[in-house]
Amino acid sequence: MSTVAQPSVPTRASSAAVRGSALAAARLVLLRDLRLAFRKPEHIVQPLAFFAIVTTLFPLSTTPELSRLREIAPGVLWVAALLSGLLALEFLFRDDAQDGTLEQYALSGQSLTWLILAKTCAHWLLTGLPLALLAPLAGGALGAPAAALPSITVTIAIGTVALSLVGAIGAALTIGVKRGGVLLSVLVLPLAVPILIFGSRATQLAIAGESFVAALELLGAMAVLGVTLAPLAAAAAVRISLE
Amino acid sequence: MSDLSLRAENLHLWRGERHVLKGLSLAVQGGEVLQVTGANGAGKTTLLRALCGLLHLEEGRVLWGGNDVQQDLPSYHEALAYLGHEPPLKADLTACENLHYWVGVRRHLSEAQIREALQRAGAAAFGERLVRSLSAGQRRRVAIAGLLLMTAGLWLLDEPTTNLDADGTRLVAALVEAHAKGGGIVVAAVHHELSISGEHLRRLELAA
Repeated sequence: MSTVAQPSVPTRASSAAVRGSALAAARLVLLRDLRLAFRKPEHIVQPLAFFAIVTTLFPLSTTPELSRLREIAPGVLWVAALLSGLLALEFLFRDDAQDGTLEQYALSGQSLTWLILAKTCAHWLLTGLPLALLAPLAGGALGAPAAALPSITVTIAIGTVALSLVGAIGAALTIGVKRGGVLLSVLVLPLAVPILIFGSRATQLAIAGESFVAALELLGAMAVLGVTLAPLAAAAAVRISLE
Repeated sequence: MSDLSLRAENLHLWRGERHVLKGLSLAVQGGEVLQVTGANGAGKTTLLRALCGLLHLEEGRVLWGGNDVQQDLPSYHEALAYLGHEPPLKADLTACENLHYWVGVRRHLSEAQIREALQRAGAAAFGERLVRSLSAGQRRRVAIAGLLLMTAGLWLLDEPTTNLDADGTRLVAALVEAHAKGGGIVVAAVHHELSISGEHLRRLELAA
């Protein structure tokens, strides 16, 4: 049997002295989620494979004519990115809720909002960013000119930030729901419509060689609004789901 | 002796149609262990979660050091360590990594501190193994190491000896007793009472 030393119970002051900052705690949550994802890479690969398959299916089911594909490319890219992001959203909180990790976060004394923001950030790094990097390939296959490909990456990258944040609210609200994927889609898709509209508009303008700055700025404003409000709402939803 | 105190006054809580906590009150001082017993469904887990502040009470309040915990939940949470039915461990991380990411969210931890806690919990031998390769009892020992690392004054333990062998059960009893001797408070929901000396022990039986 192991030896049992008598511990000293910390006073409030000494406890505060060793308590980590909210940012350090958020950083740990981010690193933990990234490490877990790289040890279980199917969660990263699945949305990317889905995105590649969906964007490939469109030329096969419509027309191989590049001029016509170029017209539908913005919509195809954005709908595919949205649905791919939704696939991964289901896992954002599910495992942590099941094994009690979310409970421990809520009882950690740290700001749950920061911890949720860190988890959402990890989700974007593992889903939104890879999608943004893959989008030019899909865009090129759909007839987008080479000059527009960097712009496609930028618009999808900013748009998926907003999508991850909106999605985090839906994922938090459906934590306790068995097979909540459908409910998650029903909750998130309507909220994602403005992102879809301005995102595909920005991509459309980029492909046409016109200035897409205004649409991109609106997309950026939505992402900023999301960073400000979504973690608060998601944290409140997580607390409710823990009851 | 520490001046820690936990008091619950007139707790009422409903789960759906069931009135689980019916005006329950309790008071525990530093240096005491409260063992909560009762049949399945009597509300032991609900009581612990209510004491944590995870559940919204219909009526009543929980006081820590004489202050209503709802007035400053983060400080209260900083002072407590809760161990539920399932150890909050990730199968794809090692025991050490799990403790680093789990308890590290609360406080800065060094590798030496993690190793020492694993040693005290009898889990040093499998600190570098992935949790998916550990037995349920070994996982429980890793979770107990996490509990020790939190350095909290108040321990709220839900069936802390689940899946442990006789040696592990004795270890938990010894750790709980040592925590109480150090001035801490332990509230443990148990099916089989921990073997703890009478001077520290108090009992509460919940009716189903």
